[in-house]
Amino acid sequence: MATKTSAGFKAGVQDYRLTYYTPDYTPKDTDLLACFRMTPQPGVPAEECAAAVAAESSTGTWTTVWTDGLTDLDRYKGRCYEVEPVPGEDNQYFCFVAYPLDLFEEGSVTNVLTSLVGNVFGFKALRALRLEDIRFPVALIKTFQGPPHGITVERDKLNKYGRPLLGCTIKPKLGLSAKNYGRAVYECLRGGLDFTKDDENINSQPFMRWRDRFLFVQEAIEKAQAETNEIKGHYLNVTAGTCEEMLKRAEFAKEINTPIIMHDFLTGGFTANTTLAKYCRDNGLLLHIHRAMHAVIDRQRNHGIHFRVLAKCLRLSGGDHLHSGTVVGKLEGERGITMGFVDLMREDYVEEDRSRGIFFTQDYASMGGTMPVASGGIHVWHMPALVEIFGDDSCLQFGGGTLGHPWGNAPGATANRVALEACIQARNEGRSLAREGNDVIREACRWSPELAAACELWKEIKFEFEAMDTL
Amino acid sequence: MKTLPKERRYETLSYLPPLNDQQIAKQIDYMLDQGYIPGVEFEKDPTPELHHWTLWKLPLFDARGAQDVLNEVRECRSEYSDCYIRVVGFDNLRQCQTVSFIVYKPGSSRY
Repeated sequence: MATKTSAGFKAGVQDYRLTYYTPDYTPKDTDLLACFRMTPQPGVPAEECAAAVAAESSTGTWTTVWTDGLTDLDRYKGRCYEVEPVPGEDNQYFCFVAYPLDLFEEGSVTNVLTSLVGNVFGFKALRALRLEDIRFPVALIKTFQGPPHGITVERDKLNKYGRPLLGCTIKPKLGLSAKNYGRAVYECLRGGLDFTKDDENINSQPFMRWRDRFLFVQEAIEKAQAETNEIKGHYLNVTAGTCEEMLKRAEFAKEINTPIIMHDFLTGGFTANTTLAKYCRDNGLLLHIHRAMHAVIDRQRNHGIHFRVLAKCLRLSGGDHLHSGTVVGKLEGERGITMGFVDLMREDYVEEDRSRGIFFTQDYASMGGTMPVASGGIHVWHMPALVEIFGDDSCLQFGGGTLGHPWGNAPGATANRVALEACIQARNEGRSLAREGNDVIREACRWSPELAAACELWKEIKFEFEAMDTL
Repeated sequence: MKTLPKERRYETLSYLPPLNDQQIAKQIDYMLDQGYIPGVEFEKDPTPELHHWTLWKLPLFDARGAQDVLNEVRECRSEYSDCYIRVVGFDNLRQCQTVSFIVYKPGSSRY
């Protein structure tokens, strides 16, 4: 449908439907596609509302302006090409919008989100709006660096193959001195963990300034590495109040030769994250990404942004690890949906699959993968399920499940490592972890006193919260 | 309560009791089922950041079963009995290494 009229400029309020609702349009391979879950205000027709979403997230302004006559709106406008009711929901619609490639700056997640989830989310004709998924065209994907290293290079750097990686967040999350903190790190790593982690709240507070922490932790890493003969790391959090300060900490981390650093991508922001990711690739640092604030954005079913979109954006912006929930632990999350966005984090090509919340086939054009991190409320008895669900390319983090061991951090770490390797051995031998998982753990208890003590403390608990996140 | 003793480890499966031949064979069978290409590596004094151990012959592109790989391990061990030996696996489609586990430590009676 042509937008320009030959009648010249005529002032007045826009009827978006005429311009931005184009059900006959076939999306191009170069279009960026978005799926919104839309709840119109009572009395507003779905098509009209959908057209407004397309308009407000692209070229539209509420009223006609004469400068519209100086551009080719057909080339730049977003188009709603499909509206369908959400099954089982009253007055909710999936609204599919195609945006021309030229609307977006190369290599800027910030720019894409400013358009797609900007003013449109406050639009009056909408009661609620949620961005469910984005299809990034390959042409745009190729303008992003993506993860600094990706999963396969991380494995090669760490010399760890054929199993998930093991981590642990050091607790208490706030208040330890740098030296005591370093000791806790050393004990965990010498016991058999691959990584320990700064809690996200730890930046550079009066009780533990960042530089002191970095030095004591690095000493712990080197000692544990020399004793165990395995490569060790600690996610040193470089999240800071300014980008300059963030980069200063990253530079120091590189200087002391630590293998991995950490950033909080939502509170820090996508621009800062992308800057840091580029620094990490240039300087050989792995980058672990925390996701504080995600639940503010993704928890409501009818409003906000689904985590799969945040995860895709992070992969483009750059991160080698990203927290993805555990499925089995204390935090909710439905398995199929979680595994849907886990695939979007680590696979190269993911097919559309509505049952897993994937609205668009996504081709990453060989961009490196981001390793999912399962963390929170998990212990040795969860190990079979975690290995079964997440497979090898994941990082399993047992915080309380390591530090809460009755004999301390090192035996706690060993208990987790033994449980993990027993599960890997059993799986590779063809045993079913889903059916025989508890037997596998019990058998290993016979020769591992550390694991036996852990299994004594934590019983075969089942967490049964109803999942919030279903389609 | 016990203090954890200090012990050198050799990555995946090295926290388990040493694997016997039959257990090693099962791990190799799994690797072959996945379509990975097996190989054998050895090194006298491996340090954690030593990524490249010396390759025994070439990757075993034509291995038909676990026994073919175990035979190479045995041959490698008799020639380099003072070296650590690990079995590795390569995925040529993903163009990366996917498997590595220790099968022989010098000084231990079995592997």
